[in-house]
Amino acid sequence: MIRSLPRSRGYTMGYGLYVTLYFVFLFAPLAVTCVLAFNDSQFPSLPWKGFTLDWFLADLPARTGIFHDRGNLSSIFTSAQTAILVSALATLVGTCAAFLFEQEEFPLKGALYFLMLAPLVVPGVILGISILIAATTAGTFMEDVLGIDVGILRPGFWLVVLGQFSFITTFVTLVVSARLKKFDRTLEEAALNLGATRLEVIRYITLPFLRTAIIGAGAVAFLMSFENFNTTLFLVGSEPTLPINLYLQVRDGSTPVINAISFLLIVGTSLVACVNLYAGRKTEAS
Amino acid sequence: MRLTLALFLTPVVLWLGLLIVLPHLDLLIMSFRMDPAFGDEGWSLENYHQFFAEPIYWLTFVRTAGYSVLVTLLTFLVSLPVAFYVTKVVARNTSRFLLTMLLLPFWVSELVRVYGWMILLRESGVLNHWLTALGITGAPVEMLYNDATMIMGLVYTSMLFMVVPLVSVLESLDDSLIEAACDLGAGPWTIMRTIVVPHCMPGIMSGAIVVFMLTLGNYLTPNLMGGKNSLWFTEQIYNQFIASFNWNQGAAFGFLLLALSSCIIWLGLRLTGQKLSRVVQ
Repeated sequence: MIRSLPRSRGYTMGYGLYVTLYFVFLFAPLAVTCVLAFNDSQFPSLPWKGFTLDWFLADLPARTGIFHDRGNLSSIFTSAQTAILVSALATLVGTCAAFLFEQEEFPLKGALYFLMLAPLVVPGVILGISILIAATTAGTFMEDVLGIDVGILRPGFWLVVLGQFSFITTFVTLVVSARLKKFDRTLEEAALNLGATRLEVIRYITLPFLRTAIIGAGAVAFLMSFENFNTTLFLVGSEPTLPINLYLQVRDGSTPVINAISFLLIVGTSLVACVNLYAGRKTEAS
Repeated sequence: MRLTLALFLTPVVLWLGLLIVLPHLDLLIMSFRMDPAFGDEGWSLENYHQFFAEPIYWLTFVRTAGYSVLVTLLTFLVSLPVAFYVTKVVARNTSRFLLTMLLLPFWVSELVRVYGWMILLRESGVLNHWLTALGITGAPVEMLYNDATMIMGLVYTSMLFMVVPLVSVLESLDDSLIEAACDLGAGPWTIMRTIVVPHCMPGIMSGAIVVFMLTLGNYLTPNLMGGKNSLWFTEQIYNQFIASFNWNQGAAFGFLLLALSSCIIWLGLRLTGQKLSRVVQ
């Protein structure tokens, strides 16, 4: 049954088989995507026609590798810009929120905390449309009443940033809060007794303690922003982010260049995830 | 002291007020107004009336809710043995490694994972290539674009959100309870039913709530794997917004979906006596 108990052979083998099948199920779509990125064929399917790096490097009329594919490259660039901005903003505000909910007392704290959790249970699509509607209402108001045209309130880069920021901040808050809960507040009291101001305490004692959690939360925020689809779908303008751009290509038929992008994404995100995991384990140990 | 409170409070209130509260209020208001192009401006229940008047709308709504429940149930059944294996059966060193392997695919964008399934399953896909090459099927079979595949895809995309809470509750289950039950003559099935599942209930519920919510609000997987006949309610919302440009109708649909997911989550929390703040961690 469990590792400390004797098990029958049939049970062990049956169970082992199930878990093996589960892992095959888990990795099959990723493995096949990666392998077909190197297939020398016009279509992302078998038969295997030999190994090629064309889908990364080629710049031919029939084949454009990812490194020469202007549309896809610019969407990667847009996604990276969005993700950097969103993760920076979300980390900043999320850390403020963690301090607010863990260390400050004020009226209606419970209600505000509940509100902070709300984005976790609101489907991404709804968050997208409600921000789209609100921005349009605000834009119309500006134009009708004040007579100014505010471009950032129309679907586009800034609206995507706002939309992703609105829910990713919640995740940052939860990660940083979890670390802040373990903080020994007598350290702060000691510093205050020795004449430090509250801001100095935060700057020299609390923030260094939170550093790894903040970096980890920032990395998670970056990944979440980079791969977000549901919220972005409604807010995107003429510059699509990578997931939106890939979606359009997958829907309308595709060439192995999508496999090449997927391969890079899988390798890239796995690396970030591993680094994050490793850093997280080191924090736990210390 | 007051200065630091203001320093932390201001950005948080701006964030929640401007990006969470106001937009949802606006969504609600818009759903009660008529589109100027479709009729008189002013307050109206017409958008909600439309929802009940057109069977395609509410049938899709009911279908989406029903399938989301089914996906949640299937995800639980698939994930529990794996979570149990990783925490209780396999040697401790391997356990850490397997856990990392379990989480890794979920860092990769959902789109890439769905795309992987599409190249595996479609008519010209990898699976069909092998099946015909081995002579199991005469001609390629289209395995995409049906409800069963869509449900499989939805289970696949939500497994992580079930496995993680299950692993964390299983880690807190004392092995000696299982050993004692075994000494007293209980079989694996009895142990599962009377010890493991009751102990795991908080984890099961928190996983179920998250999986249900994400499935209900999913757009990509039903859209790419479900095909023309398997409509999902998020697609109806998208169509109202982008294709028909009837934002008022879309807002009503959005609000109905939000109400549905909130009700189910509230019910789940009530039934299991848990708090949202505990479930999400």
